[in-house]
Amino acid sequence: MSNAFSALQGVSDTGFAHVKEMGLVGMVTLKADLDAAITKKAVKSAIGEGIPAARGMSDGSKPDGVAWMAPDELLFLCKHEEAEGVVNALTKGMGDAHHLAVNVSDARAVFTIEARDVREVLGKLTPANLADLKPREIRRSRFAQVPAAFWMNSPNHATVICFRSVAQYMFDLLVTAAKEGAEVRYY
Amino acid sequence: MLTLTCPVCGVDACETELAAGGEAHLKRYGPGSSDDQFEEYMFMRPNVKGVHFERWRHAMGCGKWFLAARDTATLEVFGTYPAQTLEPPADILKAIKAKRPDWSLT
Amino acid sequence: MSTRLPTQGRLIDRSSTVKFTFNGKWMRGHAGDTLASALLANDQMLVGRSFKYHRPRGIVASGGEEPNALVNLGRHKRHEPNQRVTTTELFDKLEATSQNHWPSLEFDVGAVNAMVSRFLPAGFYYKTFMFPRAFWKHVFEPVIRQSAGLGAAPHPETRDPDRYEHFYAHVDMVIAGGGIAGLMAALASGRAGKRVLLVEQSAHWGGRAPVDGDVVDGQSAEDWVKNAVEELEKMENVSLRLRTQLSGVYDHGYALAYERIGDHAPSEESPRHRLWRIRAGRIVAATGAIERPLSFPGNDKPGVMLAGAVRDYIVNYGVTPGDRIVVVTNNDDGYRTALTAHAAGVAVACVVDPRPTADGDLPQQVRALNIPVRTGAAISKVKGLKRVVSVRVQAFAEDDGGYDEIPCDAVAMSGGWSPVVHLWSHCGGKLNWDEGQACFVPDTDRPPTNQNGEGYVTCIGAAAGGLQGAAAAKTVADRMSALGIATEEVPVQTANEALLAPVWVMPAYAGVKKRAKMWLDFQNDVKVSDVMLAAQEGYESVEHTKRYTTLGMATDQGKLSNINGLAVLAEALDKGIPQVGTTTFRPPYTPISMGAIAGEAKGALFQPLRRTPIHDWHEAQGAYMEPVGHWRRPYCFPRDGESHEDAVNREIDATRRSLGLLDASTLGKIIVKGPDAPKFMGMLYTNMMSSLKPGKCRYGLMCNENGFLMDDGVVVRLDEETFLCHTTSGGADTVHGWMEDWLQCEWWDWKVYTANVTEQWAQIAVVGPNARKLLEKLGGMDVSKDTLPFMQMAEGTLGGFDARVFRISFSGELSYEIAVPASQGRAFWDALHEAGAEWNATPYGTEALHVMRAEKGFIMIGDETDGTVIPQDLGLNWAISKKKEDFLGKRGQQRTFMASEDRWQLVGLETVDGSVLPDGSYCVADGKNANGQANVQGRVTSTYYSPTLARGISMGLVHKGPDRMGEVVEFNTVDGGRVKTKIVSPVFYDPEGEKQNV
Repeated sequence: MSNAFSALQGVSDTGFAHVKEMGLVGMVTLKADLDAAITKKAVKSAIGEGIPAARGMSDGSKPDGVAWMAPDELLFLCKHEEAEGVVNALTKGMGDAHHLAVNVSDARAVFTIEARDVREVLGKLTPANLADLKPREIRRSRFAQVPAAFWMNSPNHATVICFRSVAQYMFDLLVTAAKEGAEVRYY
Repeated sequence: MLTLTCPVCGVDACETELAAGGEAHLKRYGPGSSDDQFEEYMFMRPNVKGVHFERWRHAMGCGKWFLAARDTATLEVFGTYPAQTLEPPADILKAIKAKRPDWSLT
Repeated sequence: MSTRLPTQGRLIDRSSTVKFTFNGKWMRGHAGDTLASALLANDQMLVGRSFKYHRPRGIVASGGEEPNALVNLGRHKRHEPNQRVTTTELFDKLEATSQNHWPSLEFDVGAVNAMVSRFLPAGFYYKTFMFPRAFWKHVFEPVIRQSAGLGAAPHPETRDPDRYEHFYAHVDMVIAGGGIAGLMAALASGRAGKRVLLVEQSAHWGGRAPVDGDVVDGQSAEDWVKNAVEELEKMENVSLRLRTQLSGVYDHGYALAYERIGDHAPSEESPRHRLWRIRAGRIVAATGAIERPLSFPGNDKPGVMLAGAVRDYIVNYGVTPGDRIVVVTNNDDGYRTALTAHAAGVAVACVVDPRPTADGDLPQQVRALNIPVRTGAAISKVKGLKRVVSVRVQAFAEDDGGYDEIPCDAVAMSGGWSPVVHLWSHCGGKLNWDEGQACFVPDTDRPPTNQNGEGYVTCIGAAAGGLQGAAAAKTVADRMSALGIATEEVPVQTANEALLAPVWVMPAYAGVKKRAKMWLDFQNDVKVSDVMLAAQEGYESVEHTKRYTTLGMATDQGKLSNINGLAVLAEALDKGIPQVGTTTFRPPYTPISMGAIAGEAKGALFQPLRRTPIHDWHEAQGAYMEPVGHWRRPYCFPRDGESHEDAVNREIDATRRSLGLLDASTLGKIIVKGPDAPKFMGMLYTNMMSSLKPGKCRYGLMCNENGFLMDDGVVVRLDEETFLCHTTSGGADTVHGWMEDWLQCEWWDWKVYTANVTEQWAQIAVVGPNARKLLEKLGGMDVSKDTLPFMQMAEGTLGGFDARVFRISFSGELSYEIAVPASQGRAFWDALHEAGAEWNATPYGTEALHVMRAEKGFIMIGDETDGTVIPQDLGLNWAISKKKEDFLGKRGQQRTFMASEDRWQLVGLETVDGSVLPDGSYCVADGKNANGQANVQGRVTSTYYSPTLARGISMGLVHKGPDRMGEVVEFNTVDGGRVKTKIVSPVFYDPEGEKQNV
């Protein structure tokens, strides 16, 4: 919808890393019994993917995907305008089974970081163990003073999700961390 | 600065990703309980020096509560376990006993 | 004089010139110099004054243990006091000024303190505080305040222009110290495939060994270090960091390292300091040892320097502190200084050694050079005021009155070496006293323990007590192998050294007068006599003696003074040194900058600010913003020339007369869903929630288990098993956490899921008599009185926006709160303004919101509540279900005092004169309390000027207030006045609710 804007409307900045707000991204939270057959079926029918293992996510070969957030929680990523459709598909698929599917697209801001090694930027902000983090392993942690979820698509590309209200703070954090001259050269 | 392994999502979490929630295995006393029971539930904490069972929330993480057995003096961690338990599980008690032979659950 | 030598100087580049100023005077040094070596090269021996007596002070050491040579660096925004010249690398245009003197370094008025030093003994401050009290206030304090403080504090309005940052690293092993031992450990660990971080606080690898000419594995130390670093640099799993100090060891393998990136090369480009926040499986301390001063009379005079430091300056920087040096040492290592000085062409007048004999390799080499060696001897006096002119040498063991006067301009002293055990001790590692080497060494049986109950710090090399080359290498091999890392013992060749003689006071039988001139703590002016006085006055604990005498409390934290001081204390108490024990070692090892601790958290990043989707519009309108939790919300929207008060009044007036718009997006919104959701909602809220019909709204109260009101808000039932809970703006995260706590930890078998969707929605309150007209103009939904009555919600499309419309009111007016997806929030806000222009749609802020809710007598969490107020106090009994067996807080409210009638309860307050009661005002009762203060019987909780009623209105909690309607009571004012105030109903405006219900 033409009236819809992301928090920072795709702003970007380049230091020793390139930081960009991704604009509008569709996101749906599903809370349900992830071991139940009906959940597996509902997820498959909604997005064509299986339920990832703990802290895993789909392989990134398609734009849409699903990430494991907790033993009873998944996060679906899709086009912004498709989020309601995913909610409806999940709701339909889950039927009477106890669940909660909710569109959270607008509650979030999403950033991408590109660098020779993105851990040079991430490592300034999160206490998460980046040395042992596998590609496309989703880690929920904090970035400085705010909660965030992130994963590395590759050593030189990472995605960070935070709450929409702190998008500017997150952008400023990432840009400051990625400033030219602030390379740590540890990784 | 502690590290605790969240038994729910498996992450080794830094203390700054966690929120402390006080003593574990409290029994709630609601309407119908005596004043003494309510006082016990609300206020009476032994505040032990030594083996302690406590509540933690992986607040900057999976958001789940879990429990930890920890020595409050040495900060040694004997184990973490799900919040959905009424008393310390056998494997945790065994781990404590192995390190603190004189200790017993009172 | 101290001067640059024609030879030596392995760390400097003689072809370069670096210009700098000291106290405004231009001086020259070389690249590679420290500020200390450059000052010495310019014969600037006097660098500061001591804290208490303002005695002249020169450079004593060559590293972070330096107690004297602290200066102010930089100016204006970059001014920084108390910087050590020994660890400050020289750079072009460096500006340094000396500190702690007035009016000048050369002539200092405070030095008069030294002349009255017998009136300023140990415990001076303590004793003066005690009595006579008036003396302190009127005599001592003004004088001391004038001259107190170390260095010049930066101006309070200056802002540090530099950047700082943190960096998290997770490693198997962090090794502190890049000397031979640290490099050996890094090589072994690196080869074993461990993830290693090796940090060295100085700008150079190799530590002391290259200075002392050790031979490592058949190579010169210099070459061995070069090769080792080359090999390490090739290892993917090893990271090397110079200018990085492992400052502190904390619990569970956490350690902080302080990297100085920009200090030696100031730049706008890079951060100045970086604080490394390290999680390590193992912390290896290869931190070396620190040389101890000897306590002889006059040992504090400029020109008296540690023997090892003299070698450092000669070998590393080609600088000598004097033309003619006397070495005084109780150990063989001190003789190295004589050899080094001699080799550099510096005259060595003699070596003074209190030991009866000195026949080791090193003394023999010294004798072979025809340098006089005086064994069984002591220095009994140092002559010279601002620098050494000569020393008196006499017999060490007895005072027969005979002495030789030996002219010299520098004294190199060595009292033996103390392992740097700080990192071992920070988290509780214990120490043993090593009689042979007269030092504390780590007790490997009592290490600091980690989360597994296992030791996680390992000391190696000199830090482990291996004070001589081969012994140091052995500790590396032994201790690293014990960690399961195969480590071969690398052969290190050094001269054989005989044992030192512990000498804590020199000469041995020095009388009181001489002891009063033996300095232990150079910066804080603590002398041997002070510690002895403390012992005499009954101070037995080393911790108490430290605080009484201020020994070791200077900025060097006792690095040079503590062992000597406690040895003197032990002697005075006739106890062993281990019985007296050490003071506590606390991080950081040397001071680290506040900037590094703050990291990125400054300026805009000091704290996260939460912004609504409409935030930018508010700022563009020039709204005056106020903090609400981490949110910033518009307090009011002042127009040109308008005061905040006027703006608030205008906003209220416009809203009550026509149409107001409020950005209410910060309101918490939590979904509670599941078959057990009604039951769960019944426990969370005091109200009956299970009876709420889908599509209906109900105002609900949430209490904690104590029964105190903690949050409120409108609950909407979306369908049979789904509720939307509105919370206060600041309370959303807390309430969501509260729900999850109960669901996860108490009622985990209940089928309920929650989601905090606060930020998914922008929420706008459309308020005022014309609110409905505006929505009807936008079109798309039936918002009529019949279709959408008060306290009901509807979903649909409004003017093309996906909307949830709640017919609720916090102002008493006809009001709709409309939620649209946050991404559409700004566009919707713009659309409302455009369509509402014909009704003078006016944005209003939080203050107008507050005034309007107070006019209606609605409570506000945080104003009417403070964590001690129960809903019953606020006249909210109607919202507390009597039918429910249980809800959170019910049992708490049944306690006798909560259930009592005898409480302060909510009422409205109207001043008789129409004025506005002061915030925080108390309702005065008869009589006084035990402290002579007026008794009170209530307090104001909210107070405003009501433009609607054109008078002050307040809400407050007054003792049995609701029973006292119409009574006139008195409230106090800050200046002691009293304001006559009538107790009235808290609903000041439209008590029948006719306005909101149209």
